[in-house]
Amino acid sequence: MRASAAPRPPFDWPRALKDAGLVAGVVVLLTLALVGFRIQDTSAGPPFAYRFDDVLAVALIAFLGRLAIGALRAHRVVPVLAGALVSAAALTGILAFGIDEQWLPFKSSVLSGTIALAAWILSARAAWLVWHATSETSAEVREARMDWLGAQVQKLAWWVGPMLLGLAVALPFLPWIDRRLLDIATLVATYIMLGWGLNIVVGLAGLLDLGYVAFYAVGAYSYALLALHFDLGFWLCLPFAGIMAAFAGILLGFPVLRLRGDYLAIVTLGFGEIVRIILLNWYQFTKGPDGLSGIPRPTFFGLPMVREAPDGGATFHSFFGLEYAPIDRVIFLYYLALALALVTNLFTLRIRKLPVGRAWEALREDEIACRSLGVHPRNTKLTAFAIGAMFGGFGGSFFATRQGFVSPESFTFLESAIILAIVVLGGMGSQIGIVLAAILLIGLPEVFRELNQYRMLAFGLAMVAIMTWRPRGLLAHREPTVRLDHGPPK
Amino acid sequence: MNPLLSIEHLTMRFGGLVAVDDVSFDAPPQKITAVIGPNGAGKTTVFNCLTGFYKPTSGCMRLRHPAHGEFLLERMEGHAIPAQAGVARTFQNIRLFPGMSVLENLLVAQHNALMRASGYTVGALFGFGGYAAAERRAIERARYWLERVQLVERADVNAGNLPYGAQRRLEIVRAMCAEPVLLCLDEPAAGLNPRESAELNALLTYIRDEHRVTLLLIEHDMSVVMEISDHVVVLDYGRKISAGTPEKVRNDPKVIAAYLGEEEAEEEGRR
Repeated sequence: MRASAAPRPPFDWPRALKDAGLVAGVVVLLTLALVGFRIQDTSAGPPFAYRFDDVLAVALIAFLGRLAIGALRAHRVVPVLAGALVSAAALTGILAFGIDEQWLPFKSSVLSGTIALAAWILSARAAWLVWHATSETSAEVREARMDWLGAQVQKLAWWVGPMLLGLAVALPFLPWIDRRLLDIATLVATYIMLGWGLNIVVGLAGLLDLGYVAFYAVGAYSYALLALHFDLGFWLCLPFAGIMAAFAGILLGFPVLRLRGDYLAIVTLGFGEIVRIILLNWYQFTKGPDGLSGIPRPTFFGLPMVREAPDGGATFHSFFGLEYAPIDRVIFLYYLALALALVTNLFTLRIRKLPVGRAWEALREDEIACRSLGVHPRNTKLTAFAIGAMFGGFGGSFFATRQGFVSPESFTFLESAIILAIVVLGGMGSQIGIVLAAILLIGLPEVFRELNQYRMLAFGLAMVAIMTWRPRGLLAHREPTVRLDHGPPK
Repeated sequence: MNPLLSIEHLTMRFGGLVAVDDVSFDAPPQKITAVIGPNGAGKTTVFNCLTGFYKPTSGCMRLRHPAHGEFLLERMEGHAIPAQAGVARTFQNIRLFPGMSVLENLLVAQHNALMRASGYTVGALFGFGGYAAAERRAIERARYWLERVQLVERADVNAGNLPYGAQRRLEIVRAMCAEPVLLCLDEPAAGLNPRESAELNALLTYIRDEHRVTLLLIEHDMSVVMEISDHVVVLDYGRKISAGTPEKVRNDPKVIAAYLGEEEAEEEGRR
């Protein structure tokens, strides 16, 4: 044990106890109202059930945990390791074998499981300390390590990218994939596409857009209205929806793009809400809160994916001589989302290497320098805004055709926030980081839907954790778009 | 010979403050004109008017581009001045694109030419047109300038990671990549050591002699000013107090007064 070799000061008990007590106090304050009272059916008795034992348990756990972390910082490894291991093993044992459940700190097994997990993490950290003398990794060291990781991932992207793509293409035919998982995969692909689209605006051009969902809505309603009123098909409407959304982007961008940073964020936030409220109130045009239903499903190059075509024509399965299977359409939608996402990705990868892409990044870096070099700031920003909006519009029309129903409820600020969170967490400008973030933020909560309200808690926890330890996003590393060819060595 | 740039009666007011007061001077073509003066004399304000960051309160700035004709700079939009009139500038506090590589910095400087070559993105996006060749030429131009300032080895490094002196040099060659006819340098020697100052002198005379570019330069470092400038304009409190060859300006009692204060100048006058 190298840790004990260093001379160490005596453990500062009063300070550690005070610190832990403070944390426990904060926890009590935070949880008293949320956990301590539970509203119940008044006919049965008093309006509240009191659960102060839970509050106490939470506070005690916070106290012990903080004390353990304090002890780890002072290199008192062994007692912490022992304590954490025993409690983790005990909790896991009780949870796994279902014996003596009254000893669990909470009635909910999910919460107890979380505590057990925390205890395991604590013991892992203590065990790590046994092997490594230092516990304090400075912020710079951690940043450098994560940068290195980001760079490695970017390098690996050459073969990880195609591998992931192969996996994505093969996904519907993997044995353990059922309809539910395929639906989740489609959802994730949609968000990846939206993330990639927003990345053009936020990651490349550095324009903080909090109202991206407005363009998503414009795309969805463009398709829905065009299809319902003019009886146009999905493939014809898709470019229209993109163009409409791009126009909406230019319309918004023209007056507001002279604003910077926070101000732009606030105006775009407002724009997102304005679009939603217009959709809600313009009843004659959008059917308001009732939404538009009966939006036609996409066809496979004109072949509908139904059991029998309404006009008696060929359907997808009859044309290819297959049995009709409802899952065909799910698979088709999945591939459609995947294809749209890939188009977005290819477009971004290509345009980054073109002058306009470099000008976007230069604008993000220094607008004044750009002006002094003859880059037109407003037009350049407008193209970024319009192109980002166009992909939002594509995403929107896919959403409309997948759901068959659109209503303003689907386009709340929360959607914008989630898409922005994907871009920011993934690491601004990092294409593969956005994939990772979309899987983390959309895929995992969907898979763990059984955890119901706790999954949003976990979502929040993950956000806080990343913002604390990795404020620049998971895989923020930028590769230059062009390298100087040094030629053969002379 | 017609001056490349004539500034006539330029005035810039910020509310009650007159930063530049009725300043007129010419920049002869393919010469180095230095604008000097004590702190707060209005030198950078003249530059900001010239490059479109400020709209002057009154006055006229006439630029005679050898190929594109005559421009009245005070009537042009900020981004059009470098793009059409061929006026490039550097900044007192360096303004690179720190998160982009050195080479990318130089390619952004050639934005307008590359945009035309890429068919305003549409052509190059689908692989039409000679964009690849245009980009190769742009990279060759960048390499040429990087060789001039000994930065070829660091072409793929982020510009923000370069040492200070290298950032200064990079900013100058970035402005040169925009192919200007008039290059305005705002204190290019600030913070450079004597060796770097000497290299800067060599670079600036090279730009003047080999690339036939007119230079306008704000400088405090007298070793740079006296050694390389052909023509010096002295500003004080927003007014032009002297102009002429470095020799003449150096011995002008008004200039000495402005720099050293009235009293010493009077003493010097008595001697």
